[in-house]
Amino acid sequence: MGRQTPPPFERFLEQHGPTVMRFLVVAVGPEYADDAYQETFLSALRAYPRARDDGRLDRWILRIASRTAIDHHRARARRPEPRATLPDRPLAGPEPPDDALLAAVASLPPKQRAAVALRHLLDRPYPEIAEILGCSEEAARANVRAGLVTLRERV
Amino acid sequence: MNATELKGLISRTDARERARNADALLRGAAERDGLIDVAVGTVDSPVGELFVAVTTKGLACVGFDDQDRRELEDRFAEGLSPRVVVSPRATDDVRRQLDEYFGGARRRFEVGIDHRLMSPFVRKVMAQTAKVPYGEVSTYGAVAKGIHHPDAARAVGAALGQNPIPIVLPCHRIIGASGNLTGYAGGLHRKEFLLRLEGDPMLFPG
Repeated sequence: MGRQTPPPFERFLEQHGPTVMRFLVVAVGPEYADDAYQETFLSALRAYPRARDDGRLDRWILRIASRTAIDHHRARARRPEPRATLPDRPLAGPEPPDDALLAAVASLPPKQRAAVALRHLLDRPYPEIAEILGCSEEAARANVRAGLVTLRERV
Repeated sequence: MNATELKGLISRTDARERARNADALLRGAAERDGLIDVAVGTVDSPVGELFVAVTTKGLACVGFDDQDRRELEDRFAEGLSPRVVVSPRATDDVRRQLDEYFGGARRRFEVGIDHRLMSPFVRKVMAQTAKVPYGEVSTYGAVAKGIHHPDAARAVGAALGQNPIPIVLPCHRIIGASGNLTGYAGGLHRKEFLLRLEGDPMLFPG
């Protein structure tokens, strides 16, 4: 019998924080990832007393992160800011960021962008991607495929 | 474009670093929004680093540094709430009072107590123990008598060993009838340190 109470939130954060951040850097872009990260984990913390540890908490948090990413794009579409699609500051790290790739990723429809990130950044299998995005496995595959076609055209 | 290129956008190491920085802001926002049920933090002390847990009801736990912190956090998650979050601000008051105590400037703690990590018996024993003033000691037998279980000195000893809030709930003031310090969940060296700090002249003459 698995433990029902979820782990202490600090441990949950330690376990899943880096993966969620990695996902969000691609799914919402480097310039909004920190805000989306905070929003994701605050939503999780709000729901946490009712959460059950059924061994799928990793998918649960990615589901919240995906929803946050998709809502973020919707909100921005309603209230467009005078901002270029390219990030205004470079990513930290030894490797210079691939600006063309980043711009191409940013041009994808939000759901395709999340699907591509789940499949090709986090290496999640399609049944899990479907569960995270709340769609059928076929729809998950179609979103990844369509996203990749666009990326290949533009990069 | 292939999958490897996408991974080049953000390395695991960078993501971990970035998440760690974002966590600090997240904890602040969680506190502001009232989403922390069990605020945890550490306090430096002469008996080693203490791990404290504070809930809306009060202080729930003081752990010594040789206790498994993850195990304690599991107990909080199951016995209090899984919303266990590091919060220096929420643990500030306890930190200040412990500092004063170890500096010799405080003889009584003025904090609310969260009793939820104690069984009813432990709770009863701790209430009796709390009557022993700073600088004095009592015995297992006297505590047993005080709770109207005169034959339960051993059970009292076991209950004191389960005190989740040592130092603040002064189980260190209970010793054997012969004057031996007997036992302490935090180790006898700590019990001796606390009793010396509180300065019982009968126990430590000179």
